Amino acid sequence: MSIEPAPIPSADQSPSLWRRISTFFYRRPSLALLLLLAPPLLWLGVVYLGSLFALAAQSFYHLEPFSGKVLRDFSLSNYQELLSASSRDIIGRTSLMALAVTLFSIPLAFPISYYIARFAKPRMKTVMFMAVLVPLWSSYLVRVYAWKLILAKEGILSWAVTKLGLDGVLNQVLAIPGIGGPSLSVSYLGMFIVFVYVWLPYMILPIEAALERVPRSLLEASSDLGARPLSTFRRVIMPLIIPGVVAGSIFTFSLTLGDFIIPGVIGNSSFFIGATVYSQQGTAGNMPLAAAFTVVPMAIMAIYLIIARKLGAFDAL
Amino acid sequence: MPSKTREPRSPLGIRIGAWLALVFLYFPLATIVLYAFTTDERSFTFPPPGLTFDWFGITAANQGFRDSLGLSIEVALIATAMALVLGTLLALAVARFSFFGRDAISFLVVLPIALPGIVTGIALRSTIGIMGIPFSFWTIVIGHATFCVVTVYNNVVARLRRSSPSMIEASMDLGASTLQTFRYVVLPSIATALLAGGMLAFALSFDEIIVTTFTAGQQETLPIWIFSQLNRSHQRPVTNVAAVFVILATAIPILLASRLTQDVSSEQ
Repeated sequence: MSIEPAPIPSADQSPSLWRRISTFFYRRPSLALLLLLAPPLLWLGVVYLGSLFALAAQSFYHLEPFSGKVLRDFSLSNYQELLSASSRDIIGRTSLMALAVTLFSIPLAFPISYYIARFAKPRMKTVMFMAVLVPLWSSYLVRVYAWKLILAKEGILSWAVTKLGLDGVLNQVLAIPGIGGPSLSVSYLGMFIVFVYVWLPYMILPIEAALERVPRSLLEASSDLGARPLSTFRRVIMPLIIPGVVAGSIFTFSLTLGDFIIPGVIGNSSFFIGATVYSQQGTAGNMPLAAAFTVVPMAIMAIYLIIARKLGAFDAL
Repeated sequence: MPSKTREPRSPLGIRIGAWLALVFLYFPLATIVLYAFTTDERSFTFPPPGLTFDWFGITAANQGFRDSLGLSIEVALIATAMALVLGTLLALAVARFSFFGRDAISFLVVLPIALPGIVTGIALRSTIGIMGIPFSFWTIVIGHATFCVVTVYNNVVARLRRSSPSMIEASMDLGASTLQTFRYVVLPSIATALLAGGMLAFALSFDEIIVTTFTAGQQETLPIWIFSQLNRSHQRPVTNVAAVFVILATAIPILLASRLTQDVSSEQ
């Protein structure tokens, strides 16, 4: 005598279309992955990376000297142009500015990062963290414009300098060859200040994050072993926050390299890479040369990112 | 937990340095606001000869300002929507699967903001040109969505890494389909991350100028309009009023976004 087993109620009996689709993909995770990855990778990997490669490829084209048309055959003439004295000048000046801005941002960013990471009470910490975050995300153009107001001839800075009786000092600074100029708003010094200003939050945040990860016990151990604060800083804190510093420098360096707004609004109309690219592709209509110029920051940044990755900066981003 | 030792007091130098940095960060923004009220319309004399509210009305009536503001909002909304979709897909793939080249994804996503904007801008411009697409509203959106993906991706991937995959397995074991699991388990857990990432993307798009310069045709977004105003010699405070507007329109979403992400991390 056998009893028929009751039929097991099963979802598979009349699976809905959705469920069948869902099961189909659950059993084939690689297909699900493919579907997830396809749209973003088509966009970023194919369209965006493709554009970057196409741009790099164009740097090997050159202009027909008489018609001004772009000739699509391989030539290194743009790279010869990059090695000319005037181009080397532009590249050198831009890289030097990027380097100076990066190096100066580090000591400027450290105290506030250290304060937020180590001393600020939770409430204060949130407030200060936001205080750094808001300028980072808020309008870059507006912040550059603010400095135009401050550095203008009749603006706040000259007013303050006159009130303090420091006219002589300012004039002496402006007279320094290389960084000075007729007034702050048209000098390298003015540009430098504005560059440091707009990119500073990019340096503060990763340094703060790195400091946050320094175990307090290490600092206590260091001082228990008799180290003075300064040598604790130099021998314990510094090595541990290097990835953060490098992560921050990716932004300060790269963004300075390609910027063309600040040299346009504040500068003394000497050419920087960004401004050169802009005018070559626009008014001059020499796209291949413009492309060759963009290869410079791309190459510098590629090397920079590879080194940064080795130093662990990507985990600090 | 380490023993509750006395918190060290902050050294004076650190405190001074911290406050100086804050003053340095905010002083220029305060200047912008101040000059939105000045009666001097031809230069930026300090101290301002007088204060007035007139510029707000004049700016609101300015057609260029209104058009560019509308365009910027539309572009930012659509670019944010695209970034939300692309960023979430990518984050799900990276957090839930392991595959060849996964480590390269974070690199690829950050590239559009790590490379100088001019490189991204000119690369997209030449591709758009080669493909024969006319420069329009949509080309601006394409440019913006490209660099907005990173904010969504970063927020969502961080959230997915913190949430345990066992929740998803439990949901599936209890008979939910993949879509139901996504709808009722995954989506609620990443909702605030999506909101935060989306708001950051909006702020990023709203004030972008460099890439936009290259991907726009005749259209002027608000930053481009402001930029074109910079060299005008009269009615200068109009630029300031527009700038105050941009500061508010980007600062508010940012504050909300970090609030959202902070609430979650403090719950943990």
